[in-house]
Amino acid sequence: MEKNLDKAALLAYTRILLAQLENDSTTDLELGDTLDDIMALRDSTLFLELGKMTREIHESIMNFRLDSRITDLAHTDIPDAKDRLEYVITMTENAANTVMTVVERGTPVAEKLIEQSKQLTQQWQKFRRREMGPDELRTMGQDVENFFAESSTMMTELLSGFTEVLMAQDFQDLTGQIIRRVINLVNEIEGNLVQLIRIQGENYVREDKKDKSVAAGETILEGPQVPGRESTDVMRGQDDVDDLLASLGF
Amino acid sequence: MKILIVDDFSTMRRIIKNLLRDLGFNNTSEADDGNTGLPMLQSGNFDFLVTDWNMPGMTGLDLLKAVRADARLKNLPVLMVTAEAKKEQIVMAAQAGVNGYIVKPFTAQTLKEKIDKIFERIEAGG
Repeated sequence: MEKNLDKAALLAYTRILLAQLENDSTTDLELGDTLDDIMALRDSTLFLELGKMTREIHESIMNFRLDSRITDLAHTDIPDAKDRLEYVITMTENAANTVMTVVERGTPVAEKLIEQSKQLTQQWQKFRRREMGPDELRTMGQDVENFFAESSTMMTELLSGFTEVLMAQDFQDLTGQIIRRVINLVNEIEGNLVQLIRIQGENYVREDKKDKSVAAGETILEGPQVPGRESTDVMRGQDDVDDLLASLGF
Repeated sequence: MKILIVDDFSTMRRIIKNLLRDLGFNNTSEADDGNTGLPMLQSGNFDFLVTDWNMPGMTGLDLLKAVRADARLKNLPVLMVTAEAKKEQIVMAAQAGVNGYIVKPFTAQTLKEKIDKIFERIEAGG
């Protein structure tokens, strides 16, 4: 702060002060005025510095406000992304259950249709061999009529099941969108982290590879392999697994 | 034939249960991880175990090891059905004594083949 004092002005005031001190006729009042001028000089420099500091603080706060996106990421977006991913699990689970319910409901219907058509086939063959009496013929006629009515109802039921299965696939669109958003969020976080590392500058030392060592005996489970992002040494399918197991004596 | 299906995802248990039913195995039970599955095995006279690997609580590999370490269960056939597809993991499962290993996603045909193969070996005395 001292550096920014107006030296020329200070020198001028000091000369006046010296001259006043050497002159016996100078009154205390006059000396006081000169001292006041010197103090004022100091004060104005101080105010200038204070002004600068205030501006700097203000700018920092403004920048921090602009960076509030980072705070939002931590407070809102990441928990939000977790919820979204949970929702993806729920949606896919619901879709899978819907489809399996339709299958479980439809299987006995189809089995019943097969059974009835088998019975009718047998009756029909008996009729073709002319082994059928008038009573049996009447029964078959009734059975055929029932079969027509019932098969229509059953097929309608199966068709409505197919529609349910079709509709249940809408999870693909929704989960796809959600996952894409989470990917974008992760990209944004990555960008911010890179920025942070850049600010750290020379103090930053890459450590990302170092900390991946795993305690002895511990296994990292990777879960499903994502196409195009497979880890190394991974089996490409059941055939690879079978070959490996065969080589191990299985 | 009594079969225990262990997987933390209920949908996967349901898929396996339905596939097994299509193959003629109607007597199945379910557990959501090794911690719930192991006591069921110890008290339930199961003939076959189908298990996932990655589960919270007790993993499928630990369940397999526990089964092999149990005097009454050590000969129980174990089929692992999992998304874990790294070579070292398959080797690890093989060393722990797994009887078959299926990677997800899998087909009904694969499940049938592996189960058939496991029983063929047992019948052959291997």
